[in-house]
Amino acid sequence: MQSADPMLPQAARVESVRRETHDTLTLQVSPLAGEFQRFQPGQFSMLYVFGVAELPISISGDPETCPPQSYTVRSVGQATAALVAHQPQAWLGVRGPFGRGWPMQQARGRDLVVIAGGIGLAPLRPVLYQAFRHRGDYGRVILLYGARSPEDVLYRQELRRWEQQPNTQVLTTVDYGGLNWRGNVGVVTTLFRRVRLEPAQTVALVCGPEIMMRYVALELERRGVEQKNIYLSMERNMKCGIGLCGHCQFGPAFTCKDGPVFSYDQLEPWLNKREI
Amino acid sequence: MAKQSRSGNRSHPVVLRRDDLDRLIGLLLQRGFAVIGPTVRDGAIVYDRIDALAELPAGWTDSQGPGNYRLERREDKALFGYASSPASWKRFLNPPTQRLLQIERRGDTYELQADTEAAPRYAFLGVRACDLTAIALQDRVFIGGPYRDPGYQKRRASLFVVAVNCGAPAATCFCASMGTGPAATSGFDLLLTELIDGEHRFLVQTGSDAGAELLDQLPHRPAEPADLASADALLAHAAAAMQRSLQGDGIKDLLYARAEHPRWQQVATRCLACTNCTMVCPTCFCTSVEDTSDLHGAAQRWRKWDSCFTESFSYIHGGSVRTSIAARYRQWLTHKLASWWDQFGSSGCVGCGRCITWCPAGIDLTEEVRALREPEVEADRHGH
Amino acid sequence: MAIENLEVVLRQHPFLQDLDPQHIATLVSCTSNRSYGAGEYLCREGQQADLFYLLREGGVALEVHLPQGGGVRIATLHEGDILGWSWLIAPYKWRFDARVIERVRALALDGRCLRTKCEEDHELGYQLLKRFAHLIERRLTATRLQLMDVYGSQKGSTGAKR
Repeated sequence: MQSADPMLPQAARVESVRRETHDTLTLQVSPLAGEFQRFQPGQFSMLYVFGVAELPISISGDPETCPPQSYTVRSVGQATAALVAHQPQAWLGVRGPFGRGWPMQQARGRDLVVIAGGIGLAPLRPVLYQAFRHRGDYGRVILLYGARSPEDVLYRQELRRWEQQPNTQVLTTVDYGGLNWRGNVGVVTTLFRRVRLEPAQTVALVCGPEIMMRYVALELERRGVEQKNIYLSMERNMKCGIGLCGHCQFGPAFTCKDGPVFSYDQLEPWLNKREI
Repeated sequence: MAKQSRSGNRSHPVVLRRDDLDRLIGLLLQRGFAVIGPTVRDGAIVYDRIDALAELPAGWTDSQGPGNYRLERREDKALFGYASSPASWKRFLNPPTQRLLQIERRGDTYELQADTEAAPRYAFLGVRACDLTAIALQDRVFIGGPYRDPGYQKRRASLFVVAVNCGAPAATCFCASMGTGPAATSGFDLLLTELIDGEHRFLVQTGSDAGAELLDQLPHRPAEPADLASADALLAHAAAAMQRSLQGDGIKDLLYARAEHPRWQQVATRCLACTNCTMVCPTCFCTSVEDTSDLHGAAQRWRKWDSCFTESFSYIHGGSVRTSIAARYRQWLTHKLASWWDQFGSSGCVGCGRCITWCPAGIDLTEEVRALREPEVEADRHGH
Repeated sequence: MAIENLEVVLRQHPFLQDLDPQHIATLVSCTSNRSYGAGEYLCREGQQADLFYLLREGGVALEVHLPQGGGVRIATLHEGDILGWSWLIAPYKWRFDARVIERVRALALDGRCLRTKCEEDHELGYQLLKRFAHLIERRLTATRLQLMDVYGSQKGSTGAKR
């Protein structure tokens, strides 16, 4: 249960670890006592690595089969490297879930167009779990996924499974194909030509590097999807996750509590201003 | 249920003699409060622990200007004859360094312990109207949102506030144009107005039952019309003596729209990103969390004041978002004057002028706002 | 295929939308219907670029061949895409290999023939160049984005919201 002191982590343990790629790992985490608070797709937790740091990590698992709770982490610096080095039985501190998640309610009865870039697929995976668990609640499901190279493609088995779902399209592309890749090559925006969008019916959920999200949003707009139906998950420096440290501000919004998911009409005035 | 005291409430102010203020301090100490008040130290009037009236800055005033602070002797022995201190009251309610938790290794697991240290019960003596507003603004941040800071909540709940109306604004003050002073209107237990025409005395009004109850323990007499007239004149004089103003009309939309205004580049040629302004500002609240560990298997998490002027403030993998000083200055000013409206429903600035006084480059935000109101003209790009 | 059918197909292709019927007719005279099996090449790097293709069905990989053998796939094209603008720009030689990855049906347009027609009818030339300029802009933007390596460890996401 969330403690009365929002800066006090809940003690947890890594139950299992799944290596996704050469630098990315999914940790399955369970509380030592009590329960984790149920999360919404798109929310994140602050994960505390003893003596090292606390990091905001998106929850990448299925809200309905929690615990254990999944976190997919890519090693890019000292703190993430420490997390990625965690073995089963390793101890962890967890605070959360925090933030505003994906608009699953608004998307009911409409087409879910999910566009992911790189590790951006991790915070979107809970959306797909929920959509396929309650398939009848949503219209068509289209997943467009771009990765750096074939070695960086996440959740391969699940991608194949999701492809088999009714009324569902899954298209994957890589920036660099290498010698043996037999699939699409090109940035994720090139996949748009391959799907038929019904703009008025579409709720688009986008997650990936900020540059990628800007171009994808432009592409969606070009294809007639209204700004208020496009959602992006933003990323900023976070020290507390609860709107008190001030670090995560993006314009007037606190990424940790007004986001990380924002609608494009809220973001658009700020996204192309430099150094906001 | 506490009774509403008849003496000292808003419609019945009373008068306290100068020396009886010492008894007020004594009473507070007796009741276990740590009394924080103004005192002279290191060439400045600072807020710190005091035990007696004798420690107050009798006969001192401050002369302030952009990048300039100096103590000067007054001709009288006024106890509160100065404007503002270098640091504000926020360092007591939201300390610069706080230990959040300790984590100790126990075999293959770790034990978490939040800091439950009892905070001292503070009584602030001499809080200006601007700083009262600042405390209220920080209340909104720390205990008015979906997540509350338990430490701040504790310190705030036990706080006793003796406010003081302002009679001598500094040259850098602009509370009048911000609507936050010079008269204090709320947020205090007791409000003093120091009168030194004739007998050296204080007009006292209560702002709470706790204040009224304390006042009842002190010798006082009802205020006479002359006392009230004196107090009104003092405040009127203070309001008229303001040398600066900040035009707040439409400031939010203006700053949002002028993110690319050349003035930001201009101020960046002067700003050193030294973070002084954020340290002295009574409403700035940004903090960071640091992790430490020792060799014996124990780690700690510390909350420390931070500033949006540091380059690492906005760091995400690969680099910081706000690398230029122009962007960082813009972030601070825009947050303070514009975003605060969207976040907390008011301006984040209380017009205390500390940032102007304590900026080594003498940057004056009222001047910056004036410049930003100018339309973006090509000529500005050359720094004219 | 009968010529009237080709005209319909051309007219309906998104790339040639709003083209003057008179120009469509000109194009028809330079168009033929082609199909290719998986593994076949529509063109090879260095060859004379006399054709360009409007893909109607299937998938094509643009590749750069390596000295050690094999090719690096740099882009993939599918139904609705245009393959080839080298016919427009001297020395009119293909810059890449285009290998069929899924059985392809395409309209092949005779670039050499079209170049002559464009020189004669500048309006036709302008209309085609306008469309190709748009196409090249989109490819260039996509390529630049690809070059940015946004998923790379310096600037890419970590899963962390920091």
